[in-house]
Amino acid sequence: MYVVLAAAFGVLCGLIVDPDIPVYVQPYMPIAVVAALDAVFGAARAKLDGIFDQRQFVVSFVSNVLVAALIVYLGDQLGVGGQLSTGVVVVLGVRIFGNVAAIRRHLFRA
Amino acid sequence: MVSGIRPGRCSPVSVVIALLVGVLGFTLAVQLRTSGSPDRLATARQDDLVRLLSDLDAREARLRQEIAELEETRARLESGAQGAEEALAEARRRADAVGILAGVLPAEGPGLCVVLTPTRADIPASALLNAVQELRGAGAEAMQIRDGAGLAVRVVASSYLVDASDGSGIVSDGTTLTAPYTLDVIGDPATMRTALRIPGGVIDDIRRIGGTVAVTARETIAVTALRHDEGLSYAKPTS
Repeated sequence: MYVVLAAAFGVLCGLIVDPDIPVYVQPYMPIAVVAALDAVFGAARAKLDGIFDQRQFVVSFVSNVLVAALIVYLGDQLGVGGQLSTGVVVVLGVRIFGNVAAIRRHLFRA
Repeated sequence: MVSGIRPGRCSPVSVVIALLVGVLGFTLAVQLRTSGSPDRLATARQDDLVRLLSDLDAREARLRQEIAELEETRARLESGAQGAEEALAEARRRADAVGILAGVLPAEGPGLCVVLTPTRADIPASALLNAVQELRGAGAEAMQIRDGAGLAVRVVASSYLVDASDGSGIVSDGTTLTAPYTLDVIGDPATMRTALRIPGGVIDDIRRIGGTVAVTARETIAVTALRHDEGLSYAKPTS
């Protein structure tokens, strides 16, 4: 439950404080957010499955964000930025869908 | 479901997790705000911008072509409409002119009022016909003959003038007219007056016969007598 509280607190802070994000970070923020969401949904599913491990969540969260941002950055440098970012988003979307489906099965037995 | 988390609430890992999730929420909120603001293009990546630009270029080319096609259609419709309007106006003008010539429409315009009065002798139909022909030759466009009793007859191409068999006057298109005869003519007053005055012309002729001619030029002559259009019984157009 404290996770939800922390998340709500973060959202509130984000809405109240309007920070200036450095320009070189801005293009990678959407991907980072989606990767982090993927980690969170994975953790929720693991919790419902009963196999949640805190350390694993932290590592997966951080690594997801870093790897996603790195892949997109590499793609930009190589010149295939659009395609790679699309690919990353697709994969993350697929994983999120899978996790959400599992969570749904747990919650609604359907 | 959530009971498994309580024991480890204050462990460093939990703190880290809370922090990470908080940062995620924070970033999510900020990102949502940013993507709604008009600064979106400033934060987009080069690839995205290039793709956006080429999409917009293609769209512009398509829209320009559509504009050209629509302008062409509009020009065609306008000229077509103009052409139809002009044709209609032209047809109306011709109908008016033909109607006046045929005597089925009343007309008005500048012209002459010529009064032929017998003094010593009656004015024969030939003299009146002479006057009518002379005026036609001088460019009369519409003509009517009024007589002393107030009758009026429109003079057109198929009009005839004969002496009445009982000598009471002149018969024109079935109507017997009695002296004095007034010719209302629409046309160029100066030309018609000159035509009447030529030596040996109408005025001399009438005087010789024994009548008087009074010619008055007017700004507006009204030719209101109309002729029944009975159509042609024999002649047909060749084309």
